[in-house]
Amino acid sequence: MSARPDPKPSAANPTAPGVPAIVSSRFGVEGAHTLDGYRSSGSYPGYESLRAALEMSPAEVGATVKDATVLGRGGAGFPAGVKWGFCPEGVWPRYLVINGDESEPGTYKDRLLMERDPHQLIEGCLIAAYAIGVAQVFLYVRGEMAHAQERIAAALNEAYEAGLVGRNILGTDFSVDIVLHWGAGAYIVGEETALIESLEGNRGMPRLKPPFFPAAKGLYMAPTVVNNVETISNLPWLLHHGVDAYRAVGTESSPGTRLVAVSGHVNNPGVFEIPQGVTTFRDLFESDLYCRGIRNGHELKMFIPGGGSAPWLFPEHVDLPLEAKVVGGEGSMLGSGAIIVMDETTDAVKACLRLTRFFARESCGKCTPCREGTSWAEKILQRILDGNGRPSDLDLLLDVGDNISPGPYPVASDASQGLEAVPYPPRQTTICALGPSSVAPMTSAIRRFRDEFEAKIVRRDPIPVRSEPIVEGSTLTPVDHAAPEAAGHV
Amino acid sequence: MSEMPRRVEITTPVEVTVDGRTITAQDGELLIDACERNGTYIPRFCYHPRMEPVGMCRMCLVEVDSGRGPALQPSCMIPVTDGMTVETANERVAKVQDGIIEYLLINHPLDCPVCDKGGECPLQDQTMAYGPGESRFVEEKRHYEKPIRISETVLLDRERCILCDRCTRFAKEVAGEPLIHFINRGASTEVNTFPDHPFASYFSGNTVQICPVGALTAEPYRFKARPWDLEEVESTCTDCSVGCRITVQSSRNQVIRHQGVDADPVNWSWLCDRGRYGYEAADSSERLTEPLLRDGDELREGRWAEAMGRTVEALRAADPRAVAVIGGSRLTNESAYAWAKLAKGVIGTDHTDAQLGDGLPAEVVLGLPGATIDEVCTPGSTILYLGPDPKEELPVFYLRLKHAVDRDRSRIVEVSPVATGLTRHAAASLRPRPGELATVVVALVTGEVPSGGAGGVDEDALRAASELVRAAGDSLKVVIGRQNLAESAGTTVDAALAVRDAVPGARFLTALRRGNVRGALEAGLAPGMLPGGDTLESGRDRWTDAWGFVPAERGLDTAGILSAAAEGRIDVLVLLGADPLVDFPDRSLARRGVAGARTVIALDRFPTESALAADVVLPVAGHAELDGTHTNFEGRVSVLRRKVTPPGTARSDWMIAAELALRLGGDLGVAESHTELWEELVATSPVHAGLTTAVLEDPANADGLLLDLDRSGAPQVEPTQVPRGDAYSLRLVVHRVLYDRGASLQRTDHATRLVDEGALHLGTADAKQLGIETGARVTVSSSSGSLSAPAVVDAGVPRGTALLRHNLPGVDAGVLVGADQAVCDVRVEVG
Repeated sequence: MSARPDPKPSAANPTAPGVPAIVSSRFGVEGAHTLDGYRSSGSYPGYESLRAALEMSPAEVGATVKDATVLGRGGAGFPAGVKWGFCPEGVWPRYLVINGDESEPGTYKDRLLMERDPHQLIEGCLIAAYAIGVAQVFLYVRGEMAHAQERIAAALNEAYEAGLVGRNILGTDFSVDIVLHWGAGAYIVGEETALIESLEGNRGMPRLKPPFFPAAKGLYMAPTVVNNVETISNLPWLLHHGVDAYRAVGTESSPGTRLVAVSGHVNNPGVFEIPQGVTTFRDLFESDLYCRGIRNGHELKMFIPGGGSAPWLFPEHVDLPLEAKVVGGEGSMLGSGAIIVMDETTDAVKACLRLTRFFARESCGKCTPCREGTSWAEKILQRILDGNGRPSDLDLLLDVGDNISPGPYPVASDASQGLEAVPYPPRQTTICALGPSSVAPMTSAIRRFRDEFEAKIVRRDPIPVRSEPIVEGSTLTPVDHAAPEAAGHV
Repeated sequence: MSEMPRRVEITTPVEVTVDGRTITAQDGELLIDACERNGTYIPRFCYHPRMEPVGMCRMCLVEVDSGRGPALQPSCMIPVTDGMTVETANERVAKVQDGIIEYLLINHPLDCPVCDKGGECPLQDQTMAYGPGESRFVEEKRHYEKPIRISETVLLDRERCILCDRCTRFAKEVAGEPLIHFINRGASTEVNTFPDHPFASYFSGNTVQICPVGALTAEPYRFKARPWDLEEVESTCTDCSVGCRITVQSSRNQVIRHQGVDADPVNWSWLCDRGRYGYEAADSSERLTEPLLRDGDELREGRWAEAMGRTVEALRAADPRAVAVIGGSRLTNESAYAWAKLAKGVIGTDHTDAQLGDGLPAEVVLGLPGATIDEVCTPGSTILYLGPDPKEELPVFYLRLKHAVDRDRSRIVEVSPVATGLTRHAAASLRPRPGELATVVVALVTGEVPSGGAGGVDEDALRAASELVRAAGDSLKVVIGRQNLAESAGTTVDAALAVRDAVPGARFLTALRRGNVRGALEAGLAPGMLPGGDTLESGRDRWTDAWGFVPAERGLDTAGILSAAAEGRIDVLVLLGADPLVDFPDRSLARRGVAGARTVIALDRFPTESALAADVVLPVAGHAELDGTHTNFEGRVSVLRRKVTPPGTARSDWMIAAELALRLGGDLGVAESHTELWEELVATSPVHAGLTTAVLEDPANADGLLLDLDRSGAPQVEPTQVPRGDAYSLRLVVHRVLYDRGASLQRTDHATRLVDEGALHLGTADAKQLGIETGARVTVSSSSGSLSAPAVVDAGVPRGTALLRHNLPGVDAGVLVGADQAVCDVRVEVG
């Protein structure tokens, strides 16, 4: 077991008054990642929820989760209980796969859940496995999260030893194995079908839906439920405190809490557990409970509300509540709860390039538009920053985006320009959402900060001039396209 | 692209509106196919009708409305449903197509002027048809070393690759050899092999054919021609007996490429590399172009008149019962028939055998109810596999078997003395001791499993496999063939007849390897046989009417002919494209036989070992140099076409037969062309009835037509007696591999590099007992002779068995084999 200290032991951020800590109650507790620590701390007694669940029928447990409306926390926000019901009746075996490949730029909430409270996740897995009727759970943890992997491995060993996982759990005839699988470090594997491919030992590339809806044809072509770490971590609290207590938090359509991971230019970045649907971005950024204001008194320039894939929002949007439907209608998404805050010192073009480069590097290479389009966009943006931009490049960038995500791309309203919001989600010419996601930074930045781009495009339609000969040893002089007359064509 | 849409039978018709036009399609078929069959071609790169769709290139996106509003969908992955509305060419679809083409060209080098694919390139064609015409990309393209060699024949130019997953999918899905794969991510994604593991697949050439750009090129064709300079005809590959349909392409009277044709009942557009590049040998500098005549110890070039004169002289001087003809499986049906008629009807000898002691008796091959490849591989079938390693001997048949198991729930029970390429696909794979195949098969089909097992197979395995076999009932399909050249054909015959007797409805596919061996047997080139599966007895009247004469007595097979020759009882031995000195399993007998025949006449394309021992060598036309027909191992007749002229003065085998007949005072009835021979066969033989030239030439029958396969009459034979082995010996298995020292392969540049060195393969237990490790030198001896070979420890060889591969350099398995023995026991000693 690792003796490595937690990087930030005081990661426990308080919840708002009257709001229970459903998943983060052990974040600040030393030793809560051990079985003893799990049993002796937190907002519910460890592994008692499992005992309670096993006294109910699987259908009753499923109904509890469905009644509580536990929304998926991976990004899509689909109710977990409903998702479980998509498995075709009477088809066995079926599998439960926990998506711990948290890789969205800006997201680090699942990492804390796995590092600080692995037993909560394991208990959640067991409850879900019991409800769905699976005997085999796969915990897929992102390749880079070595600490989380070690913690989960240690917790699993403890749980197996204590008879909580494995054969005849707690003396019942319920048996389930949980396998910890380490990813190899690919963003795309966060997409559920790519994750399944990776789990099967293949190169992580998404499958096309249809026909490969995991609930029908998932892992090893068997019905498979893929749930996010946070979603599953909600279950022990829910089973202990009940549906009513769960639904008392948050709003009618989005009950419970959710973890948001705030990074960037705020005074107190971190992971916060907030009630769903009621907290506004202003509360989050400014409250002493959470971020304590924009960094050193600077001004907010823009923020990304749902990870690198989400279109950007701007200061006029801070009073929106963190509610999926509202943010979606405003042209962005809450996604995985990763909020990146940028103040007025941020260069919008550079920020755009940084995000675009991420998608270009992480494109799995399967679909032509994503594979070629993202890297082309990266090259154009780099060229603009290098001082070789052309006025036509901005429309070109937008069209490169349009060929990945055709039609109007989701974007926030902009009163100053008299522009209306285009609601989420985008359309796509690709199999998965990675391609269209890569369009978000370009569309958001160019629409809002066109002047910043134009300022960087100083020369008229220049093409980068190569300083070295085109072919090694060649005496050919590179053509300066900036001076067409010199090249002999006017 | 030359691929055809997937074939479909419309049983549940649905109506789909495509661009405002209503079409009828089969419910659930892929939209891209339904559209194409109805005249609307949707552009694509990654979709291939013979592989699973992946929806990767996105070129086939169309706007589909299934009732929830129009959305862009990949038509290669969308099954059609009733009432679906599809737009394939509206503004939004065209914009996407423009975008995809522009994207694909971003990193594509546009070196079309020096690219082999230029002129037949799907990327080029679709760029012209659908693309925006101009690119807005001004940055630098990605660069790779170009090209890199990924196998002996295939080169990969990663810059040209558009990452469509066709080659990688083929390697994984179709060939089952995932030796090429994607590596890296995003725009740096590339296809490559794993380090130090070349794309060593018998099927690698198919990836070149299906590559939609010039990323994969084949060494034998690189820079040889431009597609618009090529002329082509459709023909059949005769390299083995599968009979894959191909196009033969030539430029300036030289064949320079074979491409697979999607013949639904046969090869599904796939070819093996040996067949694909087999044309290379035809242009070898060793090709015979003039007759050769023996002057003392020397063979010298001579004129046809002289060569034919000597041949006729020898034949005239000979007693008809002392004339023998070995070979004929390289010939067309017409040539084989001409030679059968010449030998039996004109000369009057029955000593004819198209097989070289490496096949099965013709009465059995032609006397069992036949099954086709499609019947064997029909979804859900149960296949009792008693044949040779299909991957080594009939490669494309192996692909069909693999597909049947992987995709169509077929189950194979393999009974083979050693592991084969099929073993990993078999539901059960049993290892009888060599010679005891029949014992095992009897137990399988009757279910009477002796306690303690049978033939070296343990009881439980036998019982489980037996249940599988018997569950199939009369639908059982049986593949028989010659698994072991060191074992008499009788053991396989016993097994086949045991199945026939126990399972009356079972049907048989005879997996004989040589090109047109089935055609030669059906033409009567076998002892005791007349054309059309008739025996001398059953067909005497029919063929006496047609020919005027039929031999009275059954003649000798190849082993018999060679024995007789060795004893000086053969005056004239004709070798019809046969090389017994290399191919006959018993080396000693072959040497004595060829040496003992008074006059040896060889008809061949190459100066083979046997041809060099002949007195007269007549150069003949080969594949693509003559018209005719071919019969594959199922009994499927297809048309062979001439594309180039034969070199020098080489002539067709049937012409030589016709001229000899005339000079011997007979007449084969050929006035103008080979078709007269075929028409005579079709008119006389009931199993050939109806397959006239006109019918075969009908383009609708291009895939070939079947002979009547409802055969019976395989004679009951005395069971082969197999002596008990002693505890000190290992029982020898000699089997064939795809690349050996065959006459054509030796004259194909790259193929010579693919031939393994010969070695003795021993099972793990025996090797341990003998204290042998891989690489050790061993001496192997049998009652016939001995040899020295390096040893290879091979887990696929069971205890008590030793394996040698036929005709590999360094090790001549033939010296150990005795043609008169049922099995071959060998002693293995270190050193």
